Order: sequence, then structure tokens, then C-alpha cells
Amino acid sequence: MGHLLENLTQFARLLRSLGLAVPAGSTIDATRAAQHVDLGKRDEFRFALRAVLVRRAEDLQVFDRAFRAFWTKPAGTGTKLDLRPLGSERRFGDPVVEMESLGAGEDSSARERDERAERVRIATYSDREVLREKDFKNLSAEETAQAVRLLREMEWRPAPRTTKRWVPGRGAAPDLRRFLAACARPGAAGDKPPTKGRKAAPRRLVLLCDISGSMERYTRMLLWFACCLAGSLDRVEGFVFATRLTRITHKLRARHESNPFREIAQLVPDWSGGTRIGEALRAFNVQWARRVLGRSAVVLVVSDGWDRGDPAVARREVSRLSRSCHRLIWLSPLLGSPRYKPLTRGIRAVLPFVDDFLPVHNLASLDRLAAHLNSLPAESRTRRAGEGRARTVW
Amino acid sequence: MADSSPLPGSIGALDSMLAREEYVSDRALSVAVYLALRLKRPLLLEGEAGVGKTEVAKALAAALGRELIRMQCYEGLDISHAVYEWNYSRQILEIQLMRGGGDLDRQTAAKELFRREFLIERPLLKALEYAGPPPVLLIDELDRADEEFEGYLLEMLSDYQITIPELGTVRAARPPIVLITSNRTRELHDALKRRCLYCWIDYPDFEKELRIVNAKVPQASRALSEQATAFVQELRKADLYKTAGVSETLDWIAAIVALDADRLTPERIDETLGILLKNQEDMQAVRGEPVRAMLDRAEHRGVRMSYAGQEPSTAWATSSRI
Repeated sequence: MGHLLENLTQFARLLRSLGLAVPAGSTIDATRAAQHVDLGKRDEFRFALRAVLVRRAEDLQVFDRAFRAFWTKPAGTGTKLDLRPLGSERRFGDPVVEMESLGAGEDSSARERDERAERVRIATYSDREVLREKDFKNLSAEETAQAVRLLREMEWRPAPRTTKRWVPGRGAAPDLRRFLAACARPGAAGDKPPTKGRKAAPRRLVLLCDISGSMERYTRMLLWFACCLAGSLDRVEGFVFATRLTRITHKLRARHESNPFREIAQLVPDWSGGTRIGEALRAFNVQWARRVLGRSAVVLVVSDGWDRGDPAVARREVSRLSRSCHRLIWLSPLLGSPRYKPLTRGIRAVLPFVDDFLPVHNLASLDRLAAHLNSLPAESRTRRAGEGRARTVW
Repeated sequence: MADSSPLPGSIGALDSMLAREEYVSDRALSVAVYLALRLKRPLLLEGEAGVGKTEVAKALAAALGRELIRMQCYEGLDISHAVYEWNYSRQILEIQLMRGGGDLDRQTAAKELFRREFLIERPLLKALEYAGPPPVLLIDELDRADEEFEGYLLEMLSDYQITIPELGTVRAARPPIVLITSNRTRELHDALKRRCLYCWIDYPDFEKELRIVNAKVPQASRALSEQATAFVQELRKADLYKTAGVSETLDWIAAIVALDADRLTPERIDETLGILLKNQEDMQAVRGEPVRAMLDRAEHRGVRMSYAGQEPSTAWATSSRI
């Protein structure tokens, strides 16, 4: 039992060093919890520890990684621990931490412990940094999974808009109704006249994502991006397009643990086909704009601008789109390359009508997009037809 | 208008009551309205702008001889504009008077300040308190109001009562006939939809639209009405941002009559296109050759119709002018 307590204390320290908020008493809780589960069953043990040590959903992934690293035999070292003293006849998975040194040299074991914690932490940290900067198109399957985890942790809080609705207690406008009610209420002599202000409400985000052949290597991550966005915000509308436009809002909302793509793929007739930006945006303008752009939405178009359609159509439709939304943000994975210049006909046709022209090629660019959305001004920019107003923010 | 008729005894009776008010209904709509009257449930009318949703309420109120109370919804609409508001300036004046009189104790002040006469009635309260036979309450374009307001409305529609904290609860002796319209700029809440009967009003087909034209623009010649209606039907097939509604058809034909024309020509259509289409891109898209082609197809429809020997407008025109 002593070994287990020692190990749990170490493990809790490791979790804290990884940024988890592990309460002081929870090591004891974990020891108690461990008595109630079959330690021979690795998952049972893991879930028990998770139940007592983790308090936030975002931490689950980190916990699992730490669990795997800590409670597994370190590479290159022999099996040192017999789990029989833990009350189990079987070993759970690979035997765990080296314990032999615990009695002998306190120092060496402490050093090893710290090294181990360090190893996990650094791996995580550097993984993150590398991943953040790595272009989506170069991600391996494993890296994609990790990137999705990081994507899920991102916070999306687009700047709210001011509605026409009044709420008491905020702002500076005098609230006559409450003032007079207070006048008549015994003992409620108002020292400060009550005020009211306009209510702030989240802005709707509309995401139009190009899934044509030229975007293929980005589509997967971008759809994950769409799912995460829809998962953390209430008002997200999602559409995908290549030659045709398909609404995928309801598919994004359903919280898929594993794979939203199969269902989306079934909806979409033109997966990885050619792009007709103009026609797709026209379909959006005619069928959906009135229903989803109400109350000044922010529109995000994700496309590299490779367009097989008529640039005149694209120009006309983007112009219309830009006039019917609060802000039009064009996201292109090609902007990740410093040598990229927006020279294709498609992108040149649309840029004059776009408020922001920003990269989406890695996690870092999504971070910056989040920051940009969070700081959008409440007023939309004044627009003149055909005015060159595209700007790259970073 | 003053004397109220009893509710219609059958769907057919409702149809002819509406027809007397120059409202051309169709079966789906008549059934929905009839059921709403019988079951005393609100009726939610959805459809594109300009298909005559608001007109239903006007015609129904006129046909039943009931008062029409209309509440136009907009963003930010709240209780003080939909239900009631205290008349603050009068209340403040009252405070001044009481001060002058010297009898300012809070108990009486409360009573004096929140008297019924200081209450300004807004449409919903007015509809609940209406003394005569239940009025028609039209809640127009509810999709423009905020979701919070929809929640409030739901509450009011379930018991037909409103609580004013300072005065107490106002309950309708007889619930009003409630019609709600929406242009679907957003989806209304399911909870609200569950309370209501529902009817989708589509753009009318040629026969129905011609009947409407005959009823509303009787000064247009039959040939012009048919030709223009057929043209609008063709126009609605075109791929446009916003196509012409029935009200646009009526305005347009009235305009052509005002220009002393009794036949359409492509030039005349081009000149007056702004009455049908309210969007620069759409006008550019159809002006010229497309208009010519549509007019051509519209005239062929006219030919087909006269060969068939049908005069769809006649039967109805007689009944509408009883």
C-alpha cells in the first residue's frame, strides 16, 4: 500500500506540473478509490484516478497521456515492479514505475522521478509548439489526432454585438420604470437613479468551407475546425462547397467523438471536385443569406481561391455577400507560405470585397484567428462598392 | 365592421366570407384558418414576403366584423412596447402635485402613482382586455423579434393572461383570434410552434393569382390581367435573389393600367420592372432578352388557355362581387 501511495503522490505531482488543478487531498482520495477497483484492470484503475484527479473535460487528454507515460515501464529499463504487493494477482499492462530505488537511494529516485515528469512535460510542450506551427497538410495521422485535441481546447469568444434590447442595471440610460417603482416602494429611497443599457448578444458565425480537390489536404483539419467552433459556440452555421453548396450545420452540432466526416461525406455530392466559388456563393446568397445572416453575422469563407467558374460571377456574389454581413473574412491555407501572392483570377475577383484575408494553415493561425474574432469592432466597416479593402492582419 | 358575425359554420362558408372581403383563399389556408377559429388556437402563417400573410388577418377581421389589433414585431421589441407601459411623465407630474399638497406618504403614493389611468395599453394587453367580441390579434413578422420576446409570447398565448406587478393579473374573458406571421428570417422556437396551428402560404399558381388580380385590380382589362399574371408566373421561374410577390404583381398591374396600356410589350416591362423586382442585380439579370422570352412564353400560356375554352376568372368574379 505504501508503494501505491508513494506512486500516487508522484503522479499527482506530475499532473500538477502539466497544468492540471489537482487538489491537495486528492492523493488520499485516489488511494481510497484504488482500493475499490480491480487494479489488475488497467482501464478500471485509470478511470478511478481520472474520477478523483481530473475536474475539467479539457484535462482528460493530458491526464491520459500522463497516465500512459507514468504507469508504464520506461523505455530501456527492466521490469522492476511486482504488482503483487498492490493486491493484484495480475500485472496491469506493463509493470509500472521502478520502485527498487525507493528504499535505497532517496536522491536518485527523486532525480529519476523529476526526470520522468520533465520528459512528459517537455514532450508535451515541444509537441505542442511543433504542432502549432506545422502546416496542416503535413500532419501525420497521429499528429492530426493531437492537433484536433489542441483544437478542442481553443476558446472561441467572438466579440458580441449590441442588440436593441434593454436590460436593467447596465449602461447609462435612465430607467424610468424602475425609478418610479422605487419612488413608491416604502424604504427604497433611491440613492442612485436606476439605469438600463443595451444587451450584448453573441454574433452568429457562418462558415463556408471549400472542399474542392485543391483544398483536399486541408479539408480534414478544417472540418474539425468547423466542428470545434460549432461545439463551443451556439450560433454557428456551416456550409461546404465545391461546385455545389451543402449545409452541414446539423452535422457539426451533433457532437461526434470520433468522426463527423462520414456523415458529412454522405451529404456532399461533390466532394473533392472542382470549385465554382461564384455559383456556390450565389446558392448561398439566394437560398440561405436571408435565413442565416440576420442580426449581422460574421462570415468566414475558407478557400484557396482556385476557381474554375466565371470570375465575374464570383465577383458579383462576393460583393453581395459582403454587403449582407457584418464582416467578411476570407481564410486561405495558401497564405501560410511566405511566397504566396494572391494572383489567381478567383482570388483577385473576391479580394476587393473582403474585410480580412487571413491564413488557415496551422494551429497558430487558428489561434490568431480566434484572437481576431474576439476583438472584432462592434461597428461594421463602412463600405463602398469595389473599394479595395482587403488587408492581411498578420 | 361594427356588428360581428358569428364564426363561419363550415370551411365553404369561411371561403365565401373571405371572398367577400376580396381575399382569395385556397383550401389549405381555409382549412387552417377554420380550425384555428374552431379550436381557439393561434395560427402561424409562414411564407415568402408578399404572399399575403398579413392580408389573411385583415380579411378575416373584416369578414367576421371584428376589430383587428396589429402588432408589428422588430428587433428589441419588449414588454413596454408590446404589452403595457406606465405613463412616466404623468406619474412624475403626479409626484410633483402630491409634493405640493404635502401629503406624500409612500403607501398612498404607491396607490396614486400606479393607477389604471396612468397605464398605456399596448397591442397585447389591448387584445386581452377588449370588451367586445374577441378581436383578431395579428402578430406580424414575429421572426424579427428577439427570442426572449418569443418566450414571453409563448407564456401569454398559453393562458391568455398578463401580469402587471403593480395592478395584478389581466385575463381575457374570451381569447382573441391570434394570427402570427413569419418570413422565416430565422426559425421560430419549437415550443411556440407547438402551441400554434401551422400553414405555409406559397406563391399562388396562375389561376389563383389571376383571381386575386381580378379582385384587387378590377380596372385592368381581362386580357392585360391574364397576360401580366402569366408573365409574373414566368418571372418566378427565373433564378433571382428575390422574386416578385403577389403584392408586387398587384402594384405592377395597377401601374400599367395607370400608364394607359392594355397590352404588355417588352419595352413597357423594362420600364416598369422596378415595381416587380426590388434588386439591382435581379433587374439586370432579366432586363432585355430574358424579359422578351418570358413574355413570349407567357403569351403562349394565354393561347393554350383560350383553346381550352376555360375562363377561370368568370365563376369566381361573380361570386366575389355579391
